[in-house]
Amino acid sequence: MSFNPKHVLGIKELSQEEITFILDTAGSFKEINTRDIKKVPTLRGKTIVNLFFEASTRTRTSFEIAGKRLSADTVNISASSSSVVKGETLEDTAQNIEAMHPDIIVMRHSASGACHYLAERLRCSVVNAGDGTHEHPSQALLDAFTIRQHKGEINGLTVAIIGDITHSRVVRSNIYCLSKLGANVRVAGPGTMLPPGLEKMGCTIFKNIEDAISGADCVMMLRIQRERQGASLIPSVREYARFFGLNEQKLKLAKEDAIVMHPGPINRGVELASAVADGAQNVILDQVENGVAVRMALLYLVAGGDKLQQN
Amino acid sequence: MKILVKSGRVVDPKNAIDEKLDVLIVDGKIAEVASNIDAGDAEIINAAGLLVTPGLIDMHVHLRDPGLEYKEDIITGTKAAAAGGVTSVACMPNTKPVIDNLAVVRYVIAKAREQGSANVFPIASVTQGMKGDLLSEMGELKEGGCVGFSDDGLPVKDGEMMRRALEYANTFDAPIFSHAEDLSLVAGGAMNEGPVSTELGLKGIPWVAEDAATARDIMLAEFTAARLHVCHVSTRGSVELVRQAKARGVRVTCEATPHHFTLTDEAVRGYDTNAKMNPPLRSQQDVDAVREGLKDGTIDAIATDHAPHHHDEKNVEFAIALNGIIGLETLLPLTLKLVGEKVLTLSQAVALMTCNPAAILGIDRGSLAVGCVADMTLINPNREWTVEASELQSKSKNSPWIGTTMKGCAVRTLLAGKTVFERS
Repeated sequence: MSFNPKHVLGIKELSQEEITFILDTAGSFKEINTRDIKKVPTLRGKTIVNLFFEASTRTRTSFEIAGKRLSADTVNISASSSSVVKGETLEDTAQNIEAMHPDIIVMRHSASGACHYLAERLRCSVVNAGDGTHEHPSQALLDAFTIRQHKGEINGLTVAIIGDITHSRVVRSNIYCLSKLGANVRVAGPGTMLPPGLEKMGCTIFKNIEDAISGADCVMMLRIQRERQGASLIPSVREYARFFGLNEQKLKLAKEDAIVMHPGPINRGVELASAVADGAQNVILDQVENGVAVRMALLYLVAGGDKLQQN
Repeated sequence: MKILVKSGRVVDPKNAIDEKLDVLIVDGKIAEVASNIDAGDAEIINAAGLLVTPGLIDMHVHLRDPGLEYKEDIITGTKAAAAGGVTSVACMPNTKPVIDNLAVVRYVIAKAREQGSANVFPIASVTQGMKGDLLSEMGELKEGGCVGFSDDGLPVKDGEMMRRALEYANTFDAPIFSHAEDLSLVAGGAMNEGPVSTELGLKGIPWVAEDAATARDIMLAEFTAARLHVCHVSTRGSVELVRQAKARGVRVTCEATPHHFTLTDEAVRGYDTNAKMNPPLRSQQDVDAVREGLKDGTIDAIATDHAPHHHDEKNVEFAIALNGIIGLETLLPLTLKLVGEKVLTLSQAVALMTCNPAAILGIDRGSLAVGCVADMTLINPNREWTVEASELQSKSKNSPWIGTTMKGCAVRTLLAGKTVFERS
């Protein structure tokens, strides 16, 4: 199979075969990251712009390292230093960047649909690094990669995702990704954080964490945004931690060999008790490690994949 | 000056007429409606194969003039009206400055009279500057030609203020037009709350934001025995609330827009900002309820909420795009579609765009009775045409139907007997 998408905007548009192909490609890149000389010439001469309108350390660094290990020239632009503060529109900002002929723009933006907006207006490729509360495809792919690494196969697994479902782009991409790969996806969170019609996207909704994680192969905890506290969504972080946080006792409800995941950054003592965050079942740093390989695969495929080597 | 409109199918619900007749216009007024009128020296307009209706009335239009002329002005807005077969519009007060004083009212009416292609009836604000704290001078505004009062998209939040507004407006027998929405429940939402908003990751506006506000305003109208007109009902619940209120004898009327009886929130997929308006496009259930409300008479009028916006205000991320779409030039085909789909009879459809809104606004239009002003629309119900941005008369092109083929259009629009639009 060959798969060279022009853009990567979301998991929704990808088929099961395409997702598997991306994961397999990532698998072949992973080894590069452990070499002494962590660089291959694959994307030499390509320019990648990381255009980040929202603060991000992990994702931006991961994309940057991925690009550099493939020998692309990577440039980072963050909102605080950009012309956005001067009132420039997204279209104008993007067109100015495109005038410098980048091959790929990796964008994170607070508005859902911002990457679609860009893709419709630019000639270069657009990779979504998180748009509003819509999708975060590279996160879902690295999550799937990590689950596959630990469980061998995703088909038939039960994955529970706990937290602020409404405001999570990670959840949306993960529901598409995992359900396409054959997992049973469960979600749970307080009633103020469960959006209507979510089940139509391919998951089962639970009212409490206990039921959601019972017998699960994988428990994915979402970061709770502290600013949601008191903003009519949750009364306090303390209460949230008590009812929806994962501790060792609750984790016993999951399968004995269940893995614990988190897209980071974690709030210790809130959604994740430190004992769990540091416990044997956590694979959080594997996620971060795999993120580089998955992003290398995405950049490689978007840039042309196999065709690239022939040229 | 005599004009004879010959052999058209005259549809005049106000006078229970639906048959092939001639209409004689003398000096801008209807002089005779009969078969085979022989009017000697009259200019003949052959209307064979066409519908002849009273000039259409759109009771909810934003003309953006004064102050926001980069979106639309009275000249272009009324040209768009004429092209859509609309001869009278009621315009909303959210201009700059707000229509809350006689000077602005006189400006709007004079400009429309001197340079416009349609009658313009201003709706003034309920509160001064639409700020929600002081009543507008409704008596004088009504005297100056205003047909009702509305704070439009900044609905009167305070219950006591809404009560007093209804009571005071009732003194002058003017209706309060309510954009019924509890803004605390809208809470910054960008589209209808439901499975589509969940999937797109856009903040939702729940139906209860409209229903709760509609319920309050109906209760206040019932309590004050004053007249309330609910603008652009879009939810199953608000249609039902109006239905029940009417059954109880509350003096309430309401309108629905073509987009709310034609499109669902599925149209937002792809983040099309021309599918962003307020109230938002709702679910299929809501669309069905609005259509049912039109059919059973719960909904009194079809109005477009014509809301022109500049390209730059729509060509942005969905969350920050302005609300609203233009509608004057697509009103007619979208309403006729309901006739084609057997939701409405032709007579019902015409009533919803003529005599019904005329009665709510209290204007002497919407009728082809002898002696009435000869505002008239000649419609080819079968002609197919494609909505092209370059062909639209409106200054703004923010329509979700650009590129769509429609059936039915006005081929000639007469304002007091004078042709203000003709389609070749």
